[in-house]
Amino acid sequence: MVRVTIVDCVTVIATESLSKRFPRVTALDRLSVDVGPGVTGLVGANGAGKSTLIKILLGLSPATEGRAEVLGLDVATKGADIRERVGYMPEHDCLPPDVSATEFVVHMARMSGLPPTAARERTADTLRHVGLYEERYRPIGGYSTGMKQRVKLAQALVHDPQLVLLDEPTNGLDPVGRDEMLGLIRRIYTDFGISVLVTSHLLGELERTCDHVVVVDGGKLLRSSSTTDFMQTTTTLAIEVTDTDEHPDGTRAVRETLDARGVEVLDGSNGLPGAGHILLLTAQGEETYDLVRDVVADLGLGLVRMEQRRHHISEVFHGDAEDRDVTKEAVGHGS
Amino acid sequence: MAVEQPLAPTPGDQTRIHNIGYRNYDGPRLGRSYATRSLYSQSLRGAYGLGRSVKSKVLPMLLFVVMCVPAAIMVAVAVATKAKDLPVDYTRYAIIMQAVISLYVASQAPQSVSRDLRFKTVPLYFSRPIETADYVRAKYAALASAMFILTAAPLLVLYVGALLAKLDFADQTKGFAQGLVSVALLSLLFAGIGLVIASVTPRRGFGIAAVIAVLTISYGAVSTLQAIADAQNSTRSIPWMGLFSPVTLIDGVQSAFLGASSAFPGEIGPTNGEGVVYVLVVLGLIAACYGLLMRRYRKVGL
Repeated sequence: MVRVTIVDCVTVIATESLSKRFPRVTALDRLSVDVGPGVTGLVGANGAGKSTLIKILLGLSPATEGRAEVLGLDVATKGADIRERVGYMPEHDCLPPDVSATEFVVHMARMSGLPPTAARERTADTLRHVGLYEERYRPIGGYSTGMKQRVKLAQALVHDPQLVLLDEPTNGLDPVGRDEMLGLIRRIYTDFGISVLVTSHLLGELERTCDHVVVVDGGKLLRSSSTTDFMQTTTTLAIEVTDTDEHPDGTRAVRETLDARGVEVLDGSNGLPGAGHILLLTAQGEETYDLVRDVVADLGLGLVRMEQRRHHISEVFHGDAEDRDVTKEAVGHGS
Repeated sequence: MAVEQPLAPTPGDQTRIHNIGYRNYDGPRLGRSYATRSLYSQSLRGAYGLGRSVKSKVLPMLLFVVMCVPAAIMVAVAVATKAKDLPVDYTRYAIIMQAVISLYVASQAPQSVSRDLRFKTVPLYFSRPIETADYVRAKYAALASAMFILTAAPLLVLYVGALLAKLDFADQTKGFAQGLVSVALLSLLFAGIGLVIASVTPRRGFGIAAVIAVLTISYGAVSTLQAIADAQNSTRSIPWMGLFSPVTLIDGVQSAFLGASSAFPGEIGPTNGEGVVYVLVVLGLIAACYGLLMRRYRKVGL
């Protein structure tokens, strides 16, 4: 309890015009961003500077200019202290195949400074929490990708850090594994009280998991705001109705009636065949829902669907980065 | 399972025992030096296959036995025949067994560092409190210790045997001590050379081949040249040639300062003056190996 209150009142990660330049490329360009407690998504295409940022945050790579703090500790001077309090899950494979998960995670716990007995206890606990049971005594070489990702997550959590940095944790997982991993990431904060910074180049998966999303591109900050901001500024309603004898084209009838009531209705088809029956309208609040319900009922139509069309995070790119490669990738997944 | 069934689930607190939520860790965090020591002990155990698969225990254990058996036989012979001295000097033992030692370092140096590179475990280590220097020191110290165990154990067998055979105590203790100093130097030198070569490649096979090649080719070349020089009676050049292979370096140091008789052709070891050069070269090589490892791992990072 005490710990949670401490975490609550500090900024977990703060960077101030942080830049990292290599001889040929600028990986980070005056990035200033504050990350609070909770689950934060760091989104960007490959090469956007996500991994570079993580290296700097772990105190392993000096910034060219600017400064950064993690848990209130300066990355330039307090690297070792930061690494004791932070967990890191790399993007790439990092597990030796000929040892068991238990053996490996115990070793990593000791490498984080846990005494031998505590290392064993915490390993058993953590492996259970990430969902590895009997398998944990078998050599890692025989694990599935999903199990390996869990071991990688376990080694990042075993020393009970205050913050974990997860680099592309859903890479290589099938849809079910992806959902399980995202659920696990959510629980890291809600159940364990550990703040999470999770990177991904896929925007769609982060909007479900994160409280806050930071979008970087070409080393620059594109946008940083909470996921609710991303999606709730305008809520779009999708409506689909049945046709009756009285109104052979129910969709049109609803559209005309709503138009008459002063509600702007868009065609939801996007030119796609078969989608012509979907109407999109902007919900102003509770009353829009009531209005739709009443209109449909008055016309005697059946309401097949009335759902919130959430704005996808990918839409940030439409405005800000129309022509970049990111857009293609983001749209490809986001829809 | 069947055993648990008679225990009827009593309502109340007992059912809750299984539902342990996440527990925070409030215990001590022992920091960087403890982490370095943990890496040292894990690597040292790993050098004998402990904590790893059965398969990886076979070779190091076998080599350890092969190192000790001749010593045990010599002791048995010495005790049985009531000899006045051991058949082999303490300092000479490692030189005779150099093939076994080379094989050990060739197999275990890549095991120690190439695996971490190959499976990319190194970045994980550096995401912990330890620094590059801690990693290098832990790995170097672990392999050097493992080699010291390998080379000192047979000396201990000889020493204990010599005492059992009631050989002169002072004489034997002095010889044993000189032998320990010599194998300690040998362990540091061989471990350094092995690790530097192994840390270049993530492929274990390459590492093994390269270490064996460097150790045996250098020794083969040096001893051949020395034999030729001996045959041509240019004995003055023999000690200088010894500077160019690890085994002959150790031989030179111990014949100059540790009372050993040289294994060079005609037993022409270095004089004391030349011996100083030997010691400097050995220490310089050890320092160079350490420096190269540091340079190598500064680049590896995340």
